Amino acid sequence: MTTETLTPPEQGVPDMNNMRKIAMWVFLGSEVLFFGSLITTFLIYRTRVGDGPSASQVFDIPFTSISSFILLMSSLTMVLAHHASFRKDWRQMRVWLLATAALGMVFLAGQVFEFTEFVDHGLTVTTSPFGSSFFLLTGVHGAHVAVGVLLLAATAFMSFSGRLRDGEGMNVEIIGLYWHFVDIVWIVIFTVVYLLQV
Amino acid sequence: MTDTTHNFPTPRDYWTIALILAVITGAEVAVTYADALDSVVAPLLILMSAAKFIIVVGYFMHLKYEKKLYRNLFLVGVIAAPLVFGAVLFTFGVLIGG
Repeated sequence: MTTETLTPPEQGVPDMNNMRKIAMWVFLGSEVLFFGSLITTFLIYRTRVGDGPSASQVFDIPFTSISSFILLMSSLTMVLAHHASFRKDWRQMRVWLLATAALGMVFLAGQVFEFTEFVDHGLTVTTSPFGSSFFLLTGVHGAHVAVGVLLLAATAFMSFSGRLRDGEGMNVEIIGLYWHFVDIVWIVIFTVVYLLQV
Repeated sequence: MTDTTHNFPTPRDYWTIALILAVITGAEVAVTYADALDSVVAPLLILMSAAKFIIVVGYFMHLKYEKKLYRNLFLVGVIAAPLVFGAVLFTFGVLIGG
């Protein structure tokens, strides 16, 4: 694979940036364990549906596949925003950041629609252990996406005001790590919670 | 690689990687609906999911190009999670069909 050698804008303060990246990677490592506990809880309770519907009765795989595709593509726009920030192409960076936030919001809208459909089919958070663990896992993931959208929007608007231009390009990289992590968690959820249960 | 210089993929590479991820996602959905693959659907899905995970972490999160320290910090969680939660699932009989 061809590569480009890029020089980040924050020369002169590498140690602080390094510390921030270390902190983010430690945080993401702990989040792996956090989501691991939620996925494990779901796997334990997935067959305990009580009087409520089972996964195969309510899941709409084509719809969730489109949601997954949208979130995957948001990782592409995020990495392009990161790339633009390293090139100090602030206009491009803002475009890709806002595109990422927009794709994140589309994903969230899809999740709200999906939850509404499930409730209409009789699956609520109190229907069964399956319902509780499903809504907890996907709801917590959705909350992470919502936080990511807020971070992306805030970063884009800070950039409009010029506050990102002087040595703050690292913010985009840090938020990018968080966003990609949210994406890889969904990759696992999509397979384990959706595809393997139908 | 130094603190101030990174050898990252180009935008063209990122688009190619995204295309590969999209194709794998499509294949995952296709495998789910292919009755002939019923006996191997679970391992196939896990394999494809793992491939997507590695591609995103390696190329989009740049772990392939970053310092080993970052990789090791993340790997602590990635290695510990299946061990710890695998043990939990085994205890609850999930992994042995209980």
